[in-house]
Amino acid sequence: MTETVEADTATGTELAAIELRRVVKTFHSHGEAVPAVKGVDLAIGQGEFFSLLGPSGCGKTTTMRMIAGFDEPTEGEVFLHGSDVVGVPPNRRDINMVFQSYALFPHMSVLENVAFGLRRKGVPKDEVARRVGEMLEIVDLTGREKRRPRELSGGQQQRVALARALVNRPRALLLDEPLGALDLKLRQAMQVELKRIQREVGITFVYVTHDQNEALTMSDRIAVMNDGLIEQLGTPREIYERPATKFVAGFIGTSNVLSGTVSRRDAAAAVIEPGPGERIVVPGTASAGDVVEFTVRPEKIDVRTEQPDGEGCALRGTVTEVVYLGTFTNYNVQTSTAAEVVVFVQNVSSADDVAARGDSVWLSWDPRHSYAIGA
Amino acid sequence: MRRRLVPYLLILPGGLWLAIFFVVPMVVMLSFSLMEGDVVNGFALTWHWQNYTEGISTYADQLVRSLLYGVLATAACILLAYPAAYWIAFRGGVRKTTYLFLMLLPFFVSFVLRTFSWKFLLADDGIVLGPLKSAGLLPQDFHVIATGFAVVAGLTYNYLPFMVLPIYVALERVDPTMVEAAQDLYAGRAQAFLRVVFPLSLPGVFAGVLMTFVPVSADYVNATVLGGTNNTMIGNIIQNLYLVNSDYPEAAALSFTLMAILLVGIFLYARALGTEDVLEVATR
Repeated sequence: MTETVEADTATGTELAAIELRRVVKTFHSHGEAVPAVKGVDLAIGQGEFFSLLGPSGCGKTTTMRMIAGFDEPTEGEVFLHGSDVVGVPPNRRDINMVFQSYALFPHMSVLENVAFGLRRKGVPKDEVARRVGEMLEIVDLTGREKRRPRELSGGQQQRVALARALVNRPRALLLDEPLGALDLKLRQAMQVELKRIQREVGITFVYVTHDQNEALTMSDRIAVMNDGLIEQLGTPREIYERPATKFVAGFIGTSNVLSGTVSRRDAAAAVIEPGPGERIVVPGTASAGDVVEFTVRPEKIDVRTEQPDGEGCALRGTVTEVVYLGTFTNYNVQTSTAAEVVVFVQNVSSADDVAARGDSVWLSWDPRHSYAIGA
Repeated sequence: MRRRLVPYLLILPGGLWLAIFFVVPMVVMLSFSLMEGDVVNGFALTWHWQNYTEGISTYADQLVRSLLYGVLATAACILLAYPAAYWIAFRGGVRKTTYLFLMLLPFFVSFVLRTFSWKFLLADDGIVLGPLKSAGLLPQDFHVIATGFAVVAGLTYNYLPFMVLPIYVALERVDPTMVEAAQDLYAGRAQAFLRVVFPLSLPGVFAGVLMTFVPVSADYVNATVLGGTNNTMIGNIIQNLYLVNSDYPEAAALSFTLMAILLVGIFLYARALGTEDVLEVATR
């Protein structure tokens, strides 16, 4: 069953901690085949904080369960540190998991919960005691060893679940929406905490979430999944600023998806000229006459009352809504091409709003911030 | 004011029912157990404690046998019920309720009738033993009826559903991700069961033992129908004293003796198992 493969991963010469090759998972229910994962390839590097991000039903949890060994792929291969693990049961995979519901053992104390894995592995008693003690210190639960899980708060239970997995020093830690049950404030605190712990222990984290903020905040790289496939794989910055597909643009943050017919080419870009003085530059290979779809993030756009000069993108529109949001103001603008565009303007100076509802304005942005999608 | 009365009104019908049909007879029987006399001349309350001491010394064999049969039948019930309940809870799928219904199906036939059908099935020359004997597979004098084995087997059969149901309910409540978590933490299937599933199902076993051991130890139908003269249980004695000999004080004294023994036994059992743990897990 075990087969060693040469290192040929995204991380260069180093062997990937986790690698999936053409993995397909089809469930059968009532005689009907339901595809959950339709062909996923990915390589996760040693010590990386990797997120699987997507809406519910996108296949992210199934993908993780195949890494853990709870589900076996219908097709394809799963490698852990170069060894093919298809068919290896979860208890013989050097990987641990933090469950969405925590799945703490209710009949055991915090100490017994955290020591469970080490005891099953036959680690000597004194070493178990030492490692459990250290781990409880890392997650700040010293002094609560004798408590039962239900006597702890949600955040504390979450940290017990984390300690119970990490104390085994797995080669990778899988986290299934671990912060989903916590309230916003605690969730934000735990995001920082998780990242700190990950840096401290240096273990590969695979983090499954549907929360784009969580993924953007913590990850080294993100795979955005939709309908059983990876839509885009990249760093948070790449995914946010250069969404590869319309789905990614819509799923991550607020984005404006616009389209237009290319009127001419200019150097390495296509130029769209919807009206007099208006000009949109979209880097890419589209040629004159093509219809291109592209995205611009709301905070990259500037709102002015006068026509901007220079070679940037410029588009005319009418303000339909102005919402003051403290650090920035949100403008909804109906463009001359009848598209609805959202613009965030930082409230840098305490000056009044640039424009009011009903005003005619000019939108402008740097051509580097318009990204053609699906090209 | 009315609001505060509502909870009491809710408990009133059930409370009255219990008071009339449970507490009153208990008090009546308790006073009977301390009386002297006979049916012809009437009974008088003389605080005759000897009813207890005489009852215990005269029927010690039957008392011990009742408890022994109770323990054996309860143990057999656990051994048979646990795997069945486990299978229904974890492998039953969408047909869980159907399987449970099948388990309860014998209840739809009278308890006495079912026990008599056993007697018919297992008779010395009945449809099971007869052919085996004529085929020479069993010695001619082999018999099942009128043995302790037949009584325990009958008790086990009759009380099995009372063990299956509570164990099933406890297992059904065990979150399957608990098992996955145990496997994720290097436990094999056996370890995951022993360390996680079984401890979490103990409240169900505890309830099952309560619901079988107590009525089994007091049962008299199985010993009457399937047992012989050497297999009488305390239930048979009480029935005889009460209905045949009309010795109400002795019958009542033996009933309370049995009740006291069962209560003490259950209490010790709960302590040994750690009631706090049991209750804690049960209310999680």
